[in-house]
Amino acid sequence: MRILETEHLSRIFGGVVAVNDVNFQVEKGLVNGLIGPNGAGKTTLFNQITGMDKPTKGRIIFNDQDITGLPAWKISRLGIARTFQNIRLYKDLTVVENVMTGLHFTVGRDPFKGRFAQAFKSYFTAGSENKDVYLQAMEWLEFFSLEDSAQELAGSLPYGKQRELEIARALAAKPSLLFLDEPAAGMNPAETEHLMDTVNRIRDLGVTIVLIEHDMKLVMNICDQITVLSFGQKIAQGTPEEIKNDSTVIEAYLGAPDEEEE
Amino acid sequence: MLNFFQLIIIYAGIYALMAIGQNCITGYTGMLSLCHAGFFCIGSYVTAILCKTFGLSFWLTIPVAAIAAGFVGFLIGVPTLRLKGDYLCIATLGLGEIIRNIATNLNPVGYQAIPRASLFGYEFSARGKWQFIALVWVFVLVFYFLFQRLAHSRIGRALNAVREDEIAAQSNGINVTKYKIGSFTLGAAVGGVAGCFMAAYTATVNPGTFTFMVSVMVLCMVVLGGMGNGKGVILGAFIIQFISYFPQLFGLSSIIPAQAQQIIYGLILVVMMIWRPQGLLGRDKFRYGIEKRRLAIPHKGARKEGGRA
Repeated sequence: MRILETEHLSRIFGGVVAVNDVNFQVEKGLVNGLIGPNGAGKTTLFNQITGMDKPTKGRIIFNDQDITGLPAWKISRLGIARTFQNIRLYKDLTVVENVMTGLHFTVGRDPFKGRFAQAFKSYFTAGSENKDVYLQAMEWLEFFSLEDSAQELAGSLPYGKQRELEIARALAAKPSLLFLDEPAAGMNPAETEHLMDTVNRIRDLGVTIVLIEHDMKLVMNICDQITVLSFGQKIAQGTPEEIKNDSTVIEAYLGAPDEEEE
Repeated sequence: MLNFFQLIIIYAGIYALMAIGQNCITGYTGMLSLCHAGFFCIGSYVTAILCKTFGLSFWLTIPVAAIAAGFVGFLIGVPTLRLKGDYLCIATLGLGEIIRNIATNLNPVGYQAIPRASLFGYEFSARGKWQFIALVWVFVLVFYFLFQRLAHSRIGRALNAVREDEIAAQSNGINVTKYKIGSFTLGAAVGGVAGCFMAAYTATVNPGTFTFMVSVMVLCMVVLGGMGNGKGVILGAFIIQFISYFPQLFGLSSIIPAQAQQIIYGLILVVMMIWRPQGLLGRDKFRYGIEKRRLAIPHKGARKEGGRA
């Protein structure tokens, strides 16, 4: 079953066609990989789907709903969360506050009351609400074994933990679809190993994952389905095995046919 | 001497209200605005005109002033809050001057002999300084607690997120524009309330009071005390007021010219930015009161049952 689909999605920056007529499908419950050489348009595609950038042409369908051109905050409320290639944490807030902010739109809302009433209620019940949010945030920190650093400033964490904290913050709002933009960038092999384990545990929570990654070992190991972009165009889609043996992909991305990929 | 100290406490109170408003804009949301003197001006004029021309009670003018200043803040905010950092600073600086110029054109000499505030038959005149101190500081405390509450609610977290990283805030479902305009409006409204007290205390308003230097002074209080720290900005208001009355307090006004203040504000801003950018008290750390009770935190199973802790 498809959770997300793009139809003829294009993005043109001046004379550069960053994303060219891409039909990208994300299968529910799977780990979907998005790979391609540098400048292939992977992050642009992510940005368009998550509302950080507007498509020039085409449609984005999420759960049978057209989300093309919606602002980013609305899209995230529909259940699409993301992390960033260059980590974007709230560096001057504590680790637990980062995750608490991730819970922003899941708390203080009462479906039976108007929006003003919600804001009002949230303001005057801050004490009890804070405890509730704090405990929920701590649960997510435990999921990532970050609970001991809860009171530290997010900016002071080591790099690998910052990546994990960003994922924790994205997951806090219980999204159904999670976009990870190069989660293993800059990680050492041990941290990458740990990340693979984490991604598998997130999938076990029932979250569909789309990840951009350059680390082929990681992609081939944990992805159930892989889409390959090159110069803004989708050139292949399939299981890791199919992608490994696809001649177009090997030509465009992995180099000469007789070369080992890793 | 006592008289001067009382005066400092009164002005510190009025400026503490201003600083609380500026703190909401600059400290929580991270928008560098320089038009608080404009909101101050609007508050003063609303009180002056309503009290003098329409004979309204001082108390009624407070909400009107807050709404008027907040509304102007909203109008200024909608177009300018798309700008960032120094661009926003320049735009708001200009708008603050526009407000002052409108006030000058309205009535270049301002308003004199504004009726005093009274409560249960007691009139808060300039002579009863202790009483006026009580009046102002009750309001400072009320706004202090309201804004502490705000800062530590879901709304406050959203404002902090907007300050730290707007793009990440959007990805967390925070409507950045709404929170920016909201915080600007709220900060402006508090600036308006401060203006009411200025008009009530001095019983005169004139456009010369609301210069750009007032905005700089308020920003200085926030930077000095600690951005995003409620107690800090009140401390900042005290220190800055003390500095500005220092020559008069010790009879040195013939030696130290009034312009020396401006040098001192500039120095404070520069020195703080170099050695202690977080301000004297630093950013407010909020304790949730449950950090130590680690055992009370339910384990991973709890979430799968959909149960909140």
